Amino acid sequence: MPYLALENIRKAYGPAVAVDRLDLGVEKGEFISLLGPSGCGKTTTLQMIAGFVEPTQGAIALDGIDLSRLAPEKRGLGIVFQSYALFPHMTVAANVAFGLEMRRVGKAEIRQRVEQALAMVGLADKGGRYPRQMSGGQQQRVALARALVIRPAILLLDEPLSNLDAKQREEMQLELRQIQRQSGTTTVLVTHDQQEALALSDRIVVMNQGRVEQIGSPFDVYERPGSAFVATFLGRTNTFSAEPTPRGLAVAGHVMMPGERPATISIRPEKVDFTTDGDGLPGRVLTRVFQGNHWLLHVETPGGLCLVIRPNDGRPLPGEGETVVLAFRARDASLSLAGSTP
Amino acid sequence: MNAQARQGWLLVAPATLLFVGIVATPLAMTLLLSFNGWSSTQGIVPTLTVQNYAEILSDSFFAEIFLRTLRIALWVTLICVLIGAPEAYILRRMREPWRSSFILVVIGPLLVSVVARTLGWALLLGGNGLIPLALHRLGLTSSPVSLMFTETGVVIALVHVLVPFMVLSVWASLARMDPATERAAQSLGASQITIFLRIVLPQAMPGILSGGIIVFSLAASAFATPAIIGGRRLKVASTLAYDEFLNTLNWPLGAAIAVLLLVGIVAIVVGWNRFIERRYSQVFAS
Ligand SMILES: Nc1ncnc2c1ncn2[C@@H]1O[C@H](COP(=O)(O)OP(=O)(O)OP(=O)(O)O)[C@@H](O)[C@H]1O
Ligand SMILES: [Mg+2]
Repeated sequence: MPYLALENIRKAYGPAVAVDRLDLGVEKGEFISLLGPSGCGKTTTLQMIAGFVEPTQGAIALDGIDLSRLAPEKRGLGIVFQSYALFPHMTVAANVAFGLEMRRVGKAEIRQRVEQALAMVGLADKGGRYPRQMSGGQQQRVALARALVIRPAILLLDEPLSNLDAKQREEMQLELRQIQRQSGTTTVLVTHDQQEALALSDRIVVMNQGRVEQIGSPFDVYERPGSAFVATFLGRTNTFSAEPTPRGLAVAGHVMMPGERPATISIRPEKVDFTTDGDGLPGRVLTRVFQGNHWLLHVETPGGLCLVIRPNDGRPLPGEGETVVLAFRARDASLSLAGSTP
Repeated sequence: MNAQARQGWLLVAPATLLFVGIVATPLAMTLLLSFNGWSSTQGIVPTLTVQNYAEILSDSFFAEIFLRTLRIALWVTLICVLIGAPEAYILRRMREPWRSSFILVVIGPLLVSVVARTLGWALLLGGNGLIPLALHRLGLTSSPVSLMFTETGVVIALVHVLVPFMVLSVWASLARMDPATERAAQSLGASQITIFLRIVLPQAMPGILSGGIIVFSLAASAFATPAIIGGRRLKVASTLAYDEFLNTLNWPLGAAIAVLLLVGIVAIVVGWNRFIERRYSQVFAS
């Protein structure tokens, strides 16, 4: 039995269903991300774990104990809100100490644990400040310290990094991962940023319209997307409809890979390569855009537009307007049979 | 002076003229009047004297009235805080459509004419009124005791009309509060009472304090309510000034009372404001 278990959870607001048939098990110490587009039910799921939203149906158990009858203040979970929700009228140290005071921890121990928590997030000398006097990244770390200092059974994070700029976010991602590893706290992160989910999680739960699309390691969900939605939501992907021929599956008459039945081929742009031996999909480069560490090419083919990403490693690339032949390895592609949703 | 600055002055000129005309000039004239002498035979004597102020400050009759005014205003402010702050919080937590209807109920007293409202209170507070009878029936008083012409009566009637100002002021500061802070406190193990006392109330404090300023100054300078409920027997500073003007016809003395009332209120409000700014400037950005 997993540490945190959500069984057949459903949440409906009147006729609108926010979450449906959600099954999820989180192991102790695991870092799991709920990833999906806006409105897919990520926050609702997190709020149900936290106890602020009551499921319409289904059970949530923590360490074998049913949570449904437990009020939020009794669950002992640490939550970092999107807005951080620091108490503006309290100093940073008082913010962090609040949860311990509620637990009637002794004064001396509180002081010591607050110091520890602030040191862990790198704010050891900022305890006397008020939240207003701190940057977004610092406030975020205070919120993290406040949630972790109570040694929560689970740490719940709702888009904690979305208010930071790109550079800060990357730094905080590393730090968050490090702090989570160090404290060993089971963590559920809500995000709509796939980069963040891929970088931080042990496993990713990809959600769409209230349903779970796929659960798996970051590598798995990226490399072996379980559905067309996952393939297009996580990273970019090219799709071609293919017909069977005696020599294999063909796109617009050009054999690309083995296969016997009509299917849709999905292939990541970075897995498509240019070939010179003539066997593959012919096309013409429409645009070539430099993106720093890689090049992005749009290639027009008889099977449709194909996106190609090539590393900026000094190898020569075709210019705009040149004709090329595209190829990929069969094991890099994923197939969905025609008739099922494309 | 460049064109833009000149244009700016031109634009504020009408409002400035209006202010000087209808606020500053009468105030200055009142101030001058308060330094004139008076005798029952000659009326106003155009001399320059501090005799009126000396009389007010030395006579315990006046001291008692000013103290009463202060006492009433403080009680009204305190009770308005005790009623208004929780009321604003409850209103904020209400769902629609209840919220809009109850907001209307809260600001209702402001929509009723002061005379009608106060006479209504006179009916409730009088010897045969509902409140004394109820107190008597509950065994709290041995016989129905009229609350008319008492400080208690004045305080009750003033609280009724001034509570909306407190509610609206607290409401405004609650609206600035991040509702997630309440959830954060709850997730950290705080009970509802703790959340109200330690998370909501401190964040509502700027609203309570500024609401306090409004309520205090309106209560201290209120005229109609103390005039009707307090009558001639229970004078406050504003009704005292009125009596000096219209009954005794001692305008200079009345002016001096009005000036002292104004100076007192301004001093208290400014001091209060200073305190708020010092206390909260680093916590809440303005
Ligand atoms: N209190 C509510 N009343 C009615 N509908 C709601 C309520 N809360 C959420 N919903 C609906 O439930 C769905 C899921 O909302 P939720 O907030 O969980 O999405 P989300 O995945 O967190 O999206 P985002 O990335 O934008 O935060 C949405 O369609 C939303 O409109
Ligand atoms: Mg959300």
